[in-house]
Amino acid sequence: MKVISIEGLIKTYQSGWPGSPTVTALAGLSLSVEAGEIYGFLGPNGAGKTTTLKILLGLMRANGGTAVVLGNPAGDVKTHSRIGFLPESPYFYDYLTAEEFLGFYGRLAGLSHAILPQRITGMLQIVGLTDARTRQLRKFSKGMLQRIGLAQALIHDPELVILDEPMSGLDPIGRKQVRDLILSLRERGKTVFFSSHILPDVEMICDRVGIIGKGQLLAEGTIDELVHRDHTDSVEVVCEGLDGESIAGIRPIAGRLIQRGRQCLIILPNPDSVAKVLAEVAKHQGRLISVTPQKRSLEELFFEPAEIPCETRVPLCGT
Amino acid sequence: MWNIVVIALNTFRENLRDKILYNLLLFAIFLIGGSVVLGKLSIMEHDKIMTDAGLAAINMVGVVIAIFVGIGLVSKEIERRTIYTIIARPIRRFDFLFGKYLGLMTTLAVNIAIMLLVYLAVLWFNHIPLHASLLQAVQLMFVEMLIVTATALCFSTFSTPSLSAMFTVGLYVVGHLISDLRGIAEKIDNDVIKTVVTALYYICPNLEMLNIKGQAAAGVSVMLSYQAIATAYGLFYSGFLLAIACLVFERRDF
Repeated sequence: MKVISIEGLIKTYQSGWPGSPTVTALAGLSLSVEAGEIYGFLGPNGAGKTTTLKILLGLMRANGGTAVVLGNPAGDVKTHSRIGFLPESPYFYDYLTAEEFLGFYGRLAGLSHAILPQRITGMLQIVGLTDARTRQLRKFSKGMLQRIGLAQALIHDPELVILDEPMSGLDPIGRKQVRDLILSLRERGKTVFFSSHILPDVEMICDRVGIIGKGQLLAEGTIDELVHRDHTDSVEVVCEGLDGESIAGIRPIAGRLIQRGRQCLIILPNPDSVAKVLAEVAKHQGRLISVTPQKRSLEELFFEPAEIPCETRVPLCGT
Repeated sequence: MWNIVVIALNTFRENLRDKILYNLLLFAIFLIGGSVVLGKLSIMEHDKIMTDAGLAAINMVGVVIAIFVGIGLVSKEIERRTIYTIIARPIRRFDFLFGKYLGLMTTLAVNIAIMLLVYLAVLWFNHIPLHASLLQAVQLMFVEMLIVTATALCFSTFSTPSLSAMFTVGLYVVGHLISDLRGIAEKIDNDVIKTVVTALYYICPNLEMLNIKGQAAAGVSVMLSYQAIATAYGLFYSGFLLAIACLVFERRDF
């Protein structure tokens, strides 16, 4: 079942006064998110990620195309009780204590007085802020604000959680906590749609990824599909004890050869040449330390030119 | 309806925790106390001057709160992006706007009540007779603040805070000069300017209708029917401004 379905979404802005040139934020974006999956929405700054999220939440209206969330048109207020949202670099009512803050969002989500106190206590436990429950948000660190922001997004136990850059500005511990929280949501059958710049985190937790550039979807698929497709893996061979003569024998086969003291790093663009290199190492009585196949990373894919249209770049797009 | 109450209570709590409001309240109490000195210094009509100055102090502080907190009601939410998480909840934009308005009006009501109590205590300690007209004047002041807050809120849905403040102050001044506008329009020869001034006369709120401080200071009450009509006018005008604010806010992208 599709939880989010976007077809040909268009959004243009007036760059200034009426009559001034328009800026295209979304140019026919299409994507879909299945129930129960973690979908990573990637793209450089200004690609249209936040605009897409805002349209899905009714903060903005599209100029064209359709966006359906949980079976209803995007922006339908009734659907919002089934959605949790955390914006990028959130700023909350800093005069509220953590408890008051969650109480406010819980009441807005329609939680009754009977269940609200236990939901607040539970959420504070989950995000590790029980000790700070009576502290005003103005005294919170950035990491604590991000965690209380996640708690408000989850206080009403939504089916769909939309997170805009949930790991930005967090230290490694904070990022791990957010990652674990997102993974625990999937275990509970929730759907998570989040945008991020932190690619290792995306690679670690996402079921599927969509890459957006200039308002269009450039690539979509599972991490494996995206990073392996149309790509020749390279292999890194590390060995030591090779002399100048043996290195000269290997150099024509290797893509790159780097010497670090006694050790030698050989990068082979073609995995088929591993056997030849190993034979050379053995012939010259070198010692093999490691052979590591190198996979194309999501980061490499992310940094490829965004100008290439979706169909020609990654045929998975839209499937 | 429940969402409106939740937003209003949160706005009220926000205002209660804002130190500026306490400063303004202290300033008002200082002004009310100062009216005693002003009355003592005057050659005649001590009572009337004290009564009048105290009412003016309540009015001034109330209007300052209405304008300067009113323009920030929505613009601050947009600027700080707190509105994102609110609109993403199952809440209509109208509920949010009306809740913010109601929250500020509750704050103003509490502030005015405190100022009124201090004012009446000051008059009583100075053996100045307390008239029902004083309560009438303060009640109509509150109606004026309903209009001023709605004006500030309306402008802030599509304009910057500084422009909203300028427009609201401008409308407040014109609203108190409304009876002069008609006279001015009749004396203007240029048809275009005459039309503009006449239009302003009909569009701008008649705030002078809500100003009975002079009579109240003299101990003269207005008829209850006048008070009811003036209140109804204020409610209608505020409702009209809120409706415009909602229309603009409903179409706005964040």
